[in-house]
Amino acid sequence: MKTFAEAGFPGRLIAVEGLDGSGKSTQIKLLKRWLEQQQLKVYFSEWNSSEVVKAATSKGKKRNLLTPTTFSLIHATDFADRYERHLLPLLRGGYLVLCDRYIFTAFARDVVRGCPAAWVRKLYSFANLPDITFFFKASLEVSLQRILEGRPELKYFEAGMDLNLSNDPKESFRIFQGRLWEQYLSMSAEFNFTVIDADQRIEAQQSQVRSLVAAKINLADFARDKSLAAARKPNPSQSQNE
Amino acid sequence: MVPQPAARRFYGHGLPNVNIDHLQGMLIVIEGADGSGRSTQIGMLVDWLEGHGHDTLQVGLKRSTLVSEELAEAQKGNILSRTTLSLFYATDFADQLENSIIPALRAGAVVLADRYIYTLMARDLVRGMDEEWLKNIYGIAPVPDAVYYLNVTPENLIQRTFAKNFALDYWESGMDLGLSRDMFDSFIQYQGLMHQQFMRLQKTYGFTVIDGNRPVEQVFAELKRKIESVLEGKLNKKR
Repeated sequence: MKTFAEAGFPGRLIAVEGLDGSGKSTQIKLLKRWLEQQQLKVYFSEWNSSEVVKAATSKGKKRNLLTPTTFSLIHATDFADRYERHLLPLLRGGYLVLCDRYIFTAFARDVVRGCPAAWVRKLYSFANLPDITFFFKASLEVSLQRILEGRPELKYFEAGMDLNLSNDPKESFRIFQGRLWEQYLSMSAEFNFTVIDADQRIEAQQSQVRSLVAAKINLADFARDKSLAAARKPNPSQSQNE
Repeated sequence: MVPQPAARRFYGHGLPNVNIDHLQGMLIVIEGADGSGRSTQIGMLVDWLEGHGHDTLQVGLKRSTLVSEELAEAQKGNILSRTTLSLFYATDFADQLENSIIPALRAGAVVLADRYIYTLMARDLVRGMDEEWLKNIYGIAPVPDAVYYLNVTPENLIQRTFAKNFALDYWESGMDLGLSRDMFDSFIQYQGLMHQQFMRLQKTYGFTVIDGNRPVEQVFAELKRKIESVLEGKLNKKR
C-alpha cells in the first residue's frame, strides 16, 4: 500500500485515529480551522457518514441485525462510497483532505469483533494510505472517563455489547476499548503513526500537530488561488488494490 | 467410529463464530443470466424436493433485510461507484448467508440459491475489479454441494426477456459500462462478456454447465437426475 504522495497524487490526506474520548475530533477540527484561515483548499470527511449507506447502517444497528462480517462490510461500503466519490477526486484536484478516522478504525474494530486481520486488510486494499496519520494516545482511563462522564447511556455497538463481554454496558465498554487500544498500539509501528500524547492540554497538542503538518507538507502548494497550477500537473497513476 | 471426511469447507477465511462442520444440509446453486430459466427451475425443484420430504429454503441476490431496499434505491439513480456497489452486494450476500443460509444448513435443509458469489464476481470482473480482492471478500462463502450454470445464448435471452417484459433491464444490459448506446447491442455484448467470465470461473470453481437453450422439461429432467445423485451421495455418507 502507498501513501497518496507516493502514488503521485497532488493532494494530501491527513487522518486522525484514537479511542473514543481521546480528543482526536477536537484536534482535527482545530487543524481544519487553521488550514482554512490560510486560504488553503481543505475538505473534511467523517467515518460512517455516506448518505447512500447511512440508512442501512442505522437500521442494522437499531435492530441488532449486524454480525461481525456484515458490520465490517457495511462500514467498508460506507468508506468506499466516500472514498470514490469525494476523497479520490478531491485528492486528484490537489486538496488537503482531513479524515476523522480512516481504515485503521476498521482494522481495530473488525479484528476485535473476530474478523480475520488478513481478510479485513485486503478488504480495504483499494485505499491508499494517509500521508500523515496522527494517533492520539490518551491513557485508557482518561478516555474512558471522558466518554462515561459525558454520556449517560452507551449505544449497543459503541459499548461492544455484541461481543458478549459483559452484561453491564459500562464494563463491556471498558473491556472493548482496552482491546481496541491494543490493536492501535500494534498497528502504530506498522503503519507509521505519528503519536501525539493526548493526555496533554488541548493547546499543546494542537501546536504539535500544526508544526508537524507544516514540516511534512508544503502548505503553499494548496493555496486556493494556485488551483489552476495544481490542475496542470500530470495525472497520478490509478492504483487499484495496491 | 469411522472418521468422517471433511465434508464442507469455506472458500477462504470463512465466517467468525461459524463452525463449518455443523452445516449438514445441502447447498445447491443455480447460476445463469436473467431469462436463463433459473427461477422456473428452482420453483420446480422445490416442489419435487418437498414432495420427497426434504425441507427447502430459497435464497437469491438482493433479498437481505439489511440492505436490499437501500441497494435498489441507489441503483435507480446509478450513483454508486463500482467499489461501493460491489461492497453493497457483498453486504447483502453476507447478511443472507449468516441469517438464512447458515441457519438452514445447520438445520439440515436443502438450500436452493438463485445465484451465488459467481454472478457477483463475474459482474465485478467485467467491470475491471481485482480478482484477488473479490476472492478475499467471498472467502466467507461455504463451498456448495453442487453448482449448475444454465447456459443460454444472448439471442435466446433477449427473446425470452421480450416475451416476458417487452424491455431490457439497464443493469442486465450492462449500460453502465458504456459498451454501446444502443441497448440491444449493449445487452448482446455485455452478456457475451459475462459468459466469458463464467467460463473462466468455471475452471476455478468447477461448476456444471447445463444447456439452457432446451425446453423447460428437458432442463428440469437433467437437473433432477444430477441433484438426485448428489443427494444420494450425501445421504449415504451419513449412514
